[in-house]
Amino acid sequence: MTDLTSVFPPSAEAGAGDRPATAAAAPGRGRVREVLAFLVRRPGLVAAACWVALVLLAAFAPGLLTSADPLAATPADKLAAPSAAHPLGTDELGRDLYARVVHGAGLSLQATLIAVLVGLVAGSVLGLLSGFLRGWADDVIMRVVDVLLAIPGLLLSLALVTALGFGTVNVAVAVGVASVASCARVMRSEVLRVRHSLYVEAAHAGGARWTRVLVRHVLPNSSGPVLVLAALEFGTSILSVSALSFLGYGARPPTPEWGSLIASGRDYLAVAWWMTTMPGLTIAATVLAANRISRVLDGEWRHRR
Amino acid sequence: MKFFARRVAQALFVLWAAYTVSFVILYMLPGDPVSVLAGTEAGRDITPEQLDALRHEYGLDRPVTVQYFVRLGQVVRGDFGRSVQSHQPVQTMIADALPATAQIAGLGLLLAVVFGAGLALPATYVSWGWLRQTLLSLPPLGVAIPSFWFGLLLLQVFSFKLGLFPVVGNEGFASVVLPAVTLALPSAATIAQLLAKSMSATLREPYIETARAKGAGRPRIHLRHAVRNAALPALTVAGLVVGNLLAGAVVTETVFSRTGLGRVTALAVTTQDIPVVQGLVVFAALVFVLVNLAVDLVYPLLDPRIARPSATAS
Repeated sequence: MTDLTSVFPPSAEAGAGDRPATAAAAPGRGRVREVLAFLVRRPGLVAAACWVALVLLAAFAPGLLTSADPLAATPADKLAAPSAAHPLGTDELGRDLYARVVHGAGLSLQATLIAVLVGLVAGSVLGLLSGFLRGWADDVIMRVVDVLLAIPGLLLSLALVTALGFGTVNVAVAVGVASVASCARVMRSEVLRVRHSLYVEAAHAGGARWTRVLVRHVLPNSSGPVLVLAALEFGTSILSVSALSFLGYGARPPTPEWGSLIASGRDYLAVAWWMTTMPGLTIAATVLAANRISRVLDGEWRHRR
Repeated sequence: MKFFARRVAQALFVLWAAYTVSFVILYMLPGDPVSVLAGTEAGRDITPEQLDALRHEYGLDRPVTVQYFVRLGQVVRGDFGRSVQSHQPVQTMIADALPATAQIAGLGLLLAVVFGAGLALPATYVSWGWLRQTLLSLPPLGVAIPSFWFGLLLLQVFSFKLGLFPVVGNEGFASVVLPAVTLALPSAATIAQLLAKSMSATLREPYIETARAKGAGRPRIHLRHAVRNAALPALTVAGLVVGNLLAGAVVTETVFSRTGLGRVTALAVTTQDIPVVQGLVVFAALVFVLVNLAVDLVYPLLDPRIARPSATAS
């Protein structure tokens, strides 16, 4: 857990190397040098962190990256190839594709975050209870988890979308529920590992109530692998959310969203390659970056040479 | 035999639970299929009395628990009910659409195994670091690419630019290739990652050292000694891979405008045709369960340690 938190600053803010230094004032110099050496040997990681920072910027402050209106149509410029005026070209109504991709980041990222949170919170609670209570509760929860794993994730999401109705939030919830099972599995196995530790026994012996033991001792010590999984889920959730909105269950048309941008480019495949390629590359790069960062969280920092 | 009987019982349990989960999701949540039908173009002039008659026909006016057991009894007999939209029996719709999907899924599975193994084995075999790094960096890329975009990319290059394959349709072998490649990509990447990992773990085993000490060459050690053991973990995800091929068909068939299970699914979700969606979910669970049963049966043949009674306990 301590390793994870110490890894967060360098990976999240690759440029700002001063934060870990202030955090560890005395051995600061060596620490900074270590972080820099770690990053220099991993240019891919630095690129991934920069890309994620850029996507986050696009999601929270799209105005900083583009001044163009994603909904403003200029029919004269329709289906224009990438140029200086329109870096990623324009779509069938003459809307600037770059502005639409930048503004679409907000909705795509919001849906992905909801999905990851739903999966993470529900999965962790189920796994925590299952591993901590054992007995029949464990059996029931784990059988349900087994069944959820037997239904392909996308199909489970589709069933949920059928019941919940369409829309970005519903799609996000549906994708999140599909990832509950794997989260619960990982959490349970961690809890099983932790619950027989000496400090948990000590807390019990010290008279702490089981809720306190659970929240103060078991949860913090078993959340590491689950957070790694969450980072990995972030990548798969982007894919699932955009797949569902590609199929037309997500955001309503003029609203830009990465998956639906690709869907709308589908009809112009032969004449305007940029309409599908540019949003597609954006999604792929974001997933790749998320997966790269999750690998750092998964002990690459600890096992560094 | 006892082992097999237990596996069959587990499989039946999973099927029952998949039915129950899909029932809970689809029937307990707000919105019943008939009121959805009333909201569509075709259903605009249906009177409330007709809606009630329809609800009665589908048994939706009965208490939820009664609906659950009645439907369960029908499903056990292989009757998944009728589509709200087309009035066709769900099992006929699935049976009609299955061959088209089985074609692309079958070829997709073959390609996934060939590409996956074709990437993982050379990657663990070559001794040049840069080539190994390059090969090993491909699977993460394959996992990150959205498959619907990959399909569109293939269409753009091979159908529109080069004109090698038909743009849409179900006709002939040529129309199967691009959808199968699209379906295979994520599975191939998964298989490659898994196989490369278990290959490098197996190559560190003591028995490999023994083989090397006895003078076996590198090709012999890799192909005769290591691959057979390293392939076993990859086999355990077969159920998952086939399930993902089925789910991936929803996206792939939409991209390539093919008919098949995927299109049936997409259409059923769009029109909120609940009996069809439930039938498809249970069908996917059935496929998953059957594949896993098959793997369980094959496993002892490949790994004699499993067949021994002492080993099954662990």
